[in-house]
Amino acid sequence: MDPRIIVVTSGKGGVGKTTTTANLAVALAKAGYKTAAVDGDIGLRNLDVVLGLENRIVFNLVDVVEGACKLQKAMVRDKRVENLFLLPAAQTRTKDAVSPDQMLKLCDELRENFDITLIDSPAGIEQGFRNAAIGADEAIVVTTPEVSAVRDADRIIGMLESMSKSPIRLVLNRLRPAMVKSGDMIDVKDVLDILAIDLIGVIPDDTAVVISTNKGEPLTLGDESIAARAFSNVARRILGEEVPLLDLEASDQKGFFGFLRKALGL
Amino acid sequence: MNFLARLFQMIKKEKSKDTAKKRLQLVLIHDRTDISPEMMENLRKDLIGVISNYLDIEEDKIELDFSKEERSVALVANIPVKNVKRRAERRAEPA
Repeated sequence: MDPRIIVVTSGKGGVGKTTTTANLAVALAKAGYKTAAVDGDIGLRNLDVVLGLENRIVFNLVDVVEGACKLQKAMVRDKRVENLFLLPAAQTRTKDAVSPDQMLKLCDELRENFDITLIDSPAGIEQGFRNAAIGADEAIVVTTPEVSAVRDADRIIGMLESMSKSPIRLVLNRLRPAMVKSGDMIDVKDVLDILAIDLIGVIPDDTAVVISTNKGEPLTLGDESIAARAFSNVARRILGEEVPLLDLEASDQKGFFGFLRKALGL
Repeated sequence: MNFLARLFQMIKKEKSKDTAKKRLQLVLIHDRTDISPEMMENLRKDLIGVISNYLDIEEDKIELDFSKEERSVALVANIPVKNVKRRAERRAEPA
């Protein structure tokens, strides 16, 4: 496989870009691919805490592009998973600390050293997003089933298309099957109708995600939660496997009331 | 129970997800027609070119804009006509 660089982006903030990046990076590394997770959010770094690697950072992305240290030296190796490395963002600098040319050069270097690089993009459509996307071949757009997030996703898809990223695929995050069923949440099909791009995965709203972020242990490290399986499936689809979508509704109808609802056909 | 549920659905107003979808589709049509001034200028030039084959128009008084209707977006052109040409100076159809 040729080295691949994938930008994970969304337009709107708070829809789960960083969580998605962290979980996919872990799953891809576990699948045996040498994986780099790059935090592209200069000045507001977060991928380190979500991955649980915040205490091991010495150098960062800005140090590398400025030539203050070698890429290999800045990459934080994850001790829990073989093949997983984090390139943290700088926290005390701003987005202006990195130029598009520097990002392109960094991406060339990442290509030489890693099978797959995931770049966690900052929210917004400004330079920070452009820097995160400029060196990527492909894009994963994360959205939630809300009008604001879908609208921003549409905008970002237009920009990624004009930057010739291909493929551009969608992760629909935080879907609540019960609300979809009652007609109070836009469904996968609605979102795809509206955005007209390919789907690469649906992640159910799962309390396990919050707990994993609290601990700094991405779900794909080993958790058996439904969200963990959904993220793992996205990783497998990135690798070209054909994996059917999970039946989220079935998993949503656990417990006595779920059983009751099912029995009554409601 | 199923009957009751269905009856309830019929009485109930539009589902909020349908409202969301409609609102999104509308707002996106508008977002997507947010075309650059350069493209708008090219559109204007091309329009003048085509219409001038048939009509004498006041080129500097053309108004061209998008207008948002209730459920759709329309391209509205206001083109003052000076004269109707007797014979259209229509170019030959491309082969």
